[in-house]
Amino acid sequence: MNRIQQLFQNKKSNILNIYFTAGHPNLNDTEIIIRELSGAGTDLIEIGMPYSDPLADGLTIQQSSSIALKNGMHLDLLFEQIAAARQHTEIPLIMMGYFNQVLQYGVDKFMEQCKTSGIDGLILPDLPLYEYEKDFKNIFEKNNIAISFLITPLTEEHRIKKVDELTRGFIYMVSSNSTTGGGSEINQKQKEYFERIHEMNLKNPRLIGFGISDHASFNNACQYAQGAIIGSAFIRALDKGKDDIKPTIREFVSQIKNDPIVINQVQ
Amino acid sequence: MYKVDDRGYYGKFGGAYIPELLHPCVEELRRNYEKIISQKDFQKEFEQLLADYVGRPTPLYFAKRFSDHYQANIYFKREDLCHTGAHKVNNTIGQILLAQRLGKKRIIAETGAGQHGVATATVCALMGVDCIVYMGEKDIERQAPNVKRMKMLGAEVRPALSGSKTLKDATNEAIRDWINNPDNTHYIIGSVVGPHPYPEMVAKFQSVISKEIKKQLLEKTGNENPDIIVACVGGGSNAAGAFYHYLNEENTRLVAVEAAGLGIHSGETAATSVIGSEGIIHGSRTLLMQTSDGQIVEPYSISAGLDYPGIGPLHAHLISSGRAEAISVTDEEALRAAYFLSRKEGIIPALESAHAFAAMEQMDYEKGDTVVLNLSGRGDKDLATYSKYFEKFNEK
Ligand SMILES: Cc1ncc(COP(=O)(O)O)c(C=O)c1O
Repeated sequence: MNRIQQLFQNKKSNILNIYFTAGHPNLNDTEIIIRELSGAGTDLIEIGMPYSDPLADGLTIQQSSSIALKNGMHLDLLFEQIAAARQHTEIPLIMMGYFNQVLQYGVDKFMEQCKTSGIDGLILPDLPLYEYEKDFKNIFEKNNIAISFLITPLTEEHRIKKVDELTRGFIYMVSSNSTTGGGSEINQKQKEYFERIHEMNLKNPRLIGFGISDHASFNNACQYAQGAIIGSAFIRALDKGKDDIKPTIREFVSQIKNDPIVINQVQ
Repeated sequence: MYKVDDRGYYGKFGGAYIPELLHPCVEELRRNYEKIISQKDFQKEFEQLLADYVGRPTPLYFAKRFSDHYQANIYFKREDLCHTGAHKVNNTIGQILLAQRLGKKRIIAETGAGQHGVATATVCALMGVDCIVYMGEKDIERQAPNVKRMKMLGAEVRPALSGSKTLKDATNEAIRDWINNPDNTHYIIGSVVGPHPYPEMVAKFQSVISKEIKKQLLEKTGNENPDIIVACVGGGSNAAGAFYHYLNEENTRLVAVEAAGLGIHSGETAATSVIGSEGIIHGSRTLLMQTSDGQIVEPYSISAGLDYPGIGPLHAHLISSGRAEAISVTDEEALRAAYFLSRKEGIIPALESAHAFAAMEQMDYEKGDTVVLNLSGRGDKDLATYSKYFEKFNEK
């Protein structure tokens, strides 16, 4: 069992997963961000591998990716940074990026690097289910790397079942049909979608992502799934508070969790 | 042997490497397009518009002075005579008819040089539907006349501000738009690129080019198969159209001409099949220009229509299997070819097409070979570039 599966076994609700783009705001912030997020009570961390052509991402993540690449972020460095952070925390770590990055690096080498640096899972939104099952599932399993596939309000039932069959860890439940950073209040249609999925009794837990930005939207999402994922809102907070990111991170997490004790520590 | 398989692969190239968010859009198209385009009424309307609106069949012209010069029997396939000035409109006519039958009221497209944008804006005006064209901010500056055309045709031109602000980023923006508007929108992609079923679908719409070549060459020479067909490759749609009905005619050589820019190893090039490697771009597994970390590299060519860091999966397959030969032509060689063609035959070609003509200088052929050069577009849009370099490269 890896750290992701362990987390979901121990914790059944209000799971907070935070995404950041590695190399943003500064090239060497990765370790600090991971340690602070983990110290502030985040349950899971998604490390974005900045990409030149992030198709599924909205403006905020696009811009953070461009900055990260300009800063000089690349995969060998990122794996070193992750390995360094891993010395200090047992929080589940996931890498998120585009499949071409893994393909070019070499799938075998990438998996090995994940394993040695302490990565527990991957999210590769453009890796198709069929190709994963045919060509890559074995390598993921051999290295004990979990994989999360995405579902959206428009994903058909037979596909959701396939996603559930192939996912190890959690299903990434996209709240609305949009690129990242879109969406806001949970509306009636989304509620129906969340409930429809809930009633399918999938074997994997679910985290809701896209458009979760604050305590209210986090709480709301947690009513329909085991937890939620925050990306763009955290990146915007880092942008704003980049001069001193440690308190920025603590404050952000405690605001999401509405956790007064941590807020007091910061003040 | 060169047909796409059920999953959208040509050999090992192709497929649909797309985020789940895009899946419903692409899947709706995949499920319906073959059925729709094989319907009688679709074919009738498509052929009618190609004839009466586009002006097809385009001539297959025997170029006597050119033939004498190169000591071969050289024919030009005159796609430059299509309405809007390039082959791009063959595809946009097909896709707008498809979009109508899918009930889509809003059209999006990407464009680099603006030719596909103009061809899309044109068919949207023809059918009375909304048209939004994404164009890199840099290209908007470089291709001002086509931006004006699109606007006059009623389209909205939206600048792509992300990444390198050129064609690949305009394509990203169009895909993001589609993700956010899955219900009412159809994305008219401009070349044989993107996720399955786009490469095959666009190739089918463009295949009218080789269908006509076969018929016309038979009438003119008694043999429908030339020795060589030459076409330039940006994404590869005019080449796919010119090659399509010859893919299994192994005695006809297929020559794909890429833009070498300032030279293959200059760092300023778009010669994807030479310096590219296997990877994924815009949802397709194919050859592309990228770093060892899989970051997509910005290409360079004087011709905005060839300035794309990938090639369609069909061409990746044809080239790597040896069925097609790849030739790369520099900016300077293309310019010289354009001036030469203008003087010799009275035809000013698009800069893209000029690359195909320049290939005559380096291609192996036997004296007396029958060669078809695909003249994909006319040069009006490139006049500013042509006059800039005229003194330097025009030989009197
Ligand atoms: C005249 C002309 N030829 C060729 C191309 C290249 O595209 P493709 O390789 O899809 O034919 C373009 C693209 O804008 C063009 O305008």
